[in-house]
Amino acid sequence: MTDFLAHLDTLLLWAFAGCAFVSAALMLVLRQPMRVAIALVSCMVFLGGVYGLLGLHFIAAFQVLIYVGAVMVFMVYAIMLLDPRDESGGEKFSKLLWPGIIGLSLLAEALAVGYWSDLPPAPRGAAGEPFDMIRFSQAFLSEYWLHFELTSVLLLAAVVAALAVIKENRRHDHG
Amino acid sequence: MDKVMMLQVLAASLFALGLTGVIIRRNVLVMLMCMELMLNGVNLSLATFAHTMGSAVGAVLVFLIFVVAAAEIAIAIPIVLLLVRRKRTLDIESYSDLKG
Repeated sequence: MTDFLAHLDTLLLWAFAGCAFVSAALMLVLRQPMRVAIALVSCMVFLGGVYGLLGLHFIAAFQVLIYVGAVMVFMVYAIMLLDPRDESGGEKFSKLLWPGIIGLSLLAEALAVGYWSDLPPAPRGAAGEPFDMIRFSQAFLSEYWLHFELTSVLLLAAVVAALAVIKENRRHDHG
Repeated sequence: MDKVMMLQVLAASLFALGLTGVIIRRNVLVMLMCMELMLNGVNLSLATFAHTMGSAVGAVLVFLIFVVAAAEIAIAIPIVLLLVRRKRTLDIESYSDLKG
């Protein structure tokens, strides 16, 4: 029992990773956009679990808050708004189905070869010291403050661009 | 399999699945979601390296990618909305007006 509990986090990590992979694969085969969105949400939640198990709790929290809470809710809203208007009802896959599948299988083969041919182990930190929030926050706001400010400029540009797109559309409607 | 290696393989697979989705699906919204999946694969790779190397750079980049994803979706959804208003369809192949 104690042995099982000692390996519980590894087990959970593998389970979360497997579930994330399965939901990502489901995204390719499900037909309705809403089901694809649900598969993506579950993939993101499982990835949040993976981050939590790695000890990156704040990334896990932001994964759930920003991706699932903001981005995907916006996406589900768009699906609810647009899907009933879709009059195509055509095929699920594009003409590029076979090139896409061939590319995917080539990538799978490359991954398998990379795994079986004993790649060097991933580099580790100097003393294997765990990641901690204090060091992250200090680095974020002292070394990377310029990038932080630039992302706020990016967000502002996105807001202005979204407004411009909508305004252009209104003018088109009235004109 | 090593834990870090497994997570890197998972990150690469998520990226590949997202890219395949962008290539093979026809619905614009599904393509956008597949792009989000690609970003998630990159995030997983960065977070795994941040965890392994004990460095803050990976985590900082993950945060910046969160912001970029939010900005991307804020622009992409209005564009899709306008496209659907004009063409009445979500099918990517009917948006080929720009083809030379």
